[in-house]
Amino acid sequence: MKIGLTGLNATDNPGPGVPVARSLKESESLNADIIGLIYDTLEPGVYMKDIASKSYLIPYPSSGLENLYERLKGIHSKEKLDFIIPNLDSEIPGFIKLEPKLNELGIKMFLPTLEQFNMRSKDKLFDFCTKNKIKVPKNILVSSFQDLNSASKDFQYPVVVKGIFYDAYIANNHEEVVTAFKKISLKWGLPIIIQEHLKGSEYNVVALGDGTGRTIGAVPMRKMYITEKGKGWAGISIDDKNLLQISYQVIEAMKWRSGLELEFIKSAATNEFYLLEINPRFPAWVYLGTAAGQNMPEAMIKLALKEKVEPYTSFKVGTMFVRSAWDLITDINVFEKFTVNGEL
Amino acid sequence: MSKYMIPANLAVSDTGFLFMPSTGETFTLNEIGRDIFKLLQTGLTEDEVVSSICEKYDCDASTCRKDLDDFLGQLKNYSLLSEL
Repeated sequence: MKIGLTGLNATDNPGPGVPVARSLKESESLNADIIGLIYDTLEPGVYMKDIASKSYLIPYPSSGLENLYERLKGIHSKEKLDFIIPNLDSEIPGFIKLEPKLNELGIKMFLPTLEQFNMRSKDKLFDFCTKNKIKVPKNILVSSFQDLNSASKDFQYPVVVKGIFYDAYIANNHEEVVTAFKKISLKWGLPIIIQEHLKGSEYNVVALGDGTGRTIGAVPMRKMYITEKGKGWAGISIDDKNLLQISYQVIEAMKWRSGLELEFIKSAATNEFYLLEINPRFPAWVYLGTAAGQNMPEAMIKLALKEKVEPYTSFKVGTMFVRSAWDLITDINVFEKFTVNGEL
Repeated sequence: MSKYMIPANLAVSDTGFLFMPSTGETFTLNEIGRDIFKLLQTGLTEDEVVSSICEKYDCDASTCRKDLDDFLGQLKNYSLLSEL
């Protein structure tokens, strides 16, 4: 089966493409052949052995969905793709819109609806959680500099200043809030989210929903090492029924259809879990779930193929991941070929 | 005399490595710490732990009790132990 994957950017801010590919290639039933769909010629997954059999440059969705569709159509005419898994938050709405046209070509996907996608966005999450009685840090949406100044009297420092798509900074006073606001709004636009800063340990859950409210798989992980960018660089699968229960509740309430990551903080003050974010795709640590006994990327493909998929009921607690940096050596000719021809 | 309860799912290896499956936290105990922990797991009281440790390590009871109190305080602090 030929599966196109994006997000092969295994960098210090890693995309989930490589671990998704690794999971799919371990499936005994899929016989997965991975085709890399690449935005940048230096995405490490292109140069890694045994990940993608072929890689193609594709245009960013922001350059127009028609461009992206035409490129995918061209790739499909050569590769006969059976499936595409978009692995990056920002491209998912575009792929949702392209899904009917890609289906017509014979390419399947397993994506949330736009409504589901929007329900978990950072500016809507607070309302969703409040409605469903899930604990969430207090937040204020700020749509202009004037809003920021008038809202700042309500802040109790420190606060977390977050972009609508990416980026987050901890700010200890008004000046730091203003700096973070400017940085984020220039890069990612408005609104900006000012969120209550909770002290505690970070826990994440990788999961898969089948679109009916049922959870097909879920593995919770505690971050053991966090980089300066806030990325988990080591983690361990844990056995926390409460964390799983909240995750099931979210998936049921949203009827989530696809892979997802739920990010939590366990408040040191109250010992309770607060939901920080829901990411609309598998995380870059999804292979931990596979190694612990739940190959969710494989299950997702089977769901899309309408095969009978029973929910996973267990996983190995105490499975760890430790990320590493490894220099891949390649020749300038390889890079040249990919840059000039757009395929490798 | 005080008796203590250790979380049921807490895994302790022979090397003194503790893993709390519900939180993912890990701890390392030295040899005496590991012995005390294992004695507490069997349900011994504080007095019984003191006499067992003094016998094995040839130390005086008052020093042992003082150190044991410190150690128990740390275990409670990390939620590895609660008083019955």
